Amino acid sequence: MLTTKEIMDTLKMLDEQKLDVRTITMGISLLDCAHSDIKIMCDNIYDKITNYAKNLVKVGEDIEEEYGIKVVNKRIAVTPIALVAAACKADDFTPLAMALDKAAKEVGVNFIGGFSALVQKGYTNADRSLINSIPQALSETELVCSSVNVASTRAGINMDAVKHLGGIIKDLAAKTADKDAIGCAKFVAFSNAVEDNPFMAGAFHGVGEPECTINVGVSGPGVVKSALEKIKGMPFDEVANTIKKTSFKITRMGQLVAVEASKRLNVPFGIVDLSLAPTPEVGDSVAHIFEEMGLESAGAHGTTAALAMLNDAVKKGGIMASSHVGGLSGAFIPVSEDAGMIDAVLRGSLTFDKLEAMTSVCSVGLDMIAIPGDTPKETISAIIADEAAIGMINAKTTAVRIIPVPGKKEGDNVEFGGLLGHAPILGVNKFSSKDFIDRGGRIPAPIHSFKN
Amino acid sequence: MKAIITVIGNDKVGIIAGVSGLMARYNANILDINQTVFGTNFIMAMYVDLTDIIVSYKELKDKLDELGKNMDLNVRIQREEIFNAMNRI
Repeated sequence: MLTTKEIMDTLKMLDEQKLDVRTITMGISLLDCAHSDIKIMCDNIYDKITNYAKNLVKVGEDIEEEYGIKVVNKRIAVTPIALVAAACKADDFTPLAMALDKAAKEVGVNFIGGFSALVQKGYTNADRSLINSIPQALSETELVCSSVNVASTRAGINMDAVKHLGGIIKDLAAKTADKDAIGCAKFVAFSNAVEDNPFMAGAFHGVGEPECTINVGVSGPGVVKSALEKIKGMPFDEVANTIKKTSFKITRMGQLVAVEASKRLNVPFGIVDLSLAPTPEVGDSVAHIFEEMGLESAGAHGTTAALAMLNDAVKKGGIMASSHVGGLSGAFIPVSEDAGMIDAVLRGSLTFDKLEAMTSVCSVGLDMIAIPGDTPKETISAIIADEAAIGMINAKTTAVRIIPVPGKKEGDNVEFGGLLGHAPILGVNKFSSKDFIDRGGRIPAPIHSFKN
Repeated sequence: MKAIITVIGNDKVGIIAGVSGLMARYNANILDINQTVFGTNFIMAMYVDLTDIIVSYKELKDKLDELGKNMDLNVRIQREEIFNAMNRI
């Protein structure tokens, strides 16, 4: 039998250190729902999702009860809607978002992702319609999440799309101004988006994916921090090893849950995404890991190195523990969803520019950052361009989920509630990027040799 | 199905009797028990085989929750796989 210590260590991880399964996400292909009549397409989509995902929430809850592991979210990711909707002539895709929302509510999931378009090299007519529909679609729905991939290492950056999205994000903020621009928390712009990401707002079911699949996202920044507390002052070799071991344990749990969920739902297991995803709760912060490593506050010089090591060690430990690792896998650094990040911003140690530097080594990008409501749309586009460039050149996923909160200025506070947390408004560079963004066109794909 | 029942709380008379009584009543076979007392803190881990239980897993869990509430202890039951996955290769 297991020793009492092993059992107690596991219980401590689940209780005090907030280890949980962050999400069980069912990916569903909607390609066969396409129809020239948008009303029929909406019905097809609703019927297919409510049929495939009818047991998803129950299975998540059963696993939670039997294994004593919290399964925080049950979610659905669907084929990028621009691909499905290309079959119809409508230019407003809001009804499709509403069909997704209705289906998600019917099956009881927390979010549904995939109101998306992949435009790294250019637009189809449907891509344009979808992007233009985002402000309306996300303000009229509650559970729908949207993403647009604007760049990739192979295609370069679509600067027309980058320019377009600056305006879209501003419109979305204006349309949800009464709720502090919450609509923008449900939208993300990507570079090198992945097809099997179970996390929101960027989850979608890529075209290379099967008919239906189960992807699981685990979390556990509190477990990593707690493991590091036991090796205070030790050299980084020891720190990296400790993170690897911890990540291995966390991922083993994720793999167990993923395989069990896939068996019970009779849907193939896709991947385990071994991300460290913080929440605003005490003991669930990535920023506190940096501080445990010896930085006075997240954002201090050394934070990028700390994050690089953390991200790499999490992957190394996790990859051994799962048969298939995928998604984003690494450390997330959202601001509003991480109590330590919020404190670091408030005490002036974490700035926008430092966050941007950190995204060159983290698993995703600028995430859940509230900025002043009067930020020009070209500045938002330029932020996306910078982030897309980091992703493109480093052959990694980067993303921008940014919230220009109407009526708020630098230093104000904004409250989103729940897992989205609250955030101080971060200042952005005041100088104009307008003429740069107005050029449009495409930034060519980078060379893959001569890397210096 | 095999599971691990853990009990954490202040030591008092009748903890093991309470849990093992429940197991006998619902035909769960106890395979192993470990218990430790640190000061006034009682920690017990019981390994049980639930193959032939005469109630559902959920009912058994509810009964254990009730016992925990009555005795002011943290009592829980979890399938063993979770512990094996995290502690054994």
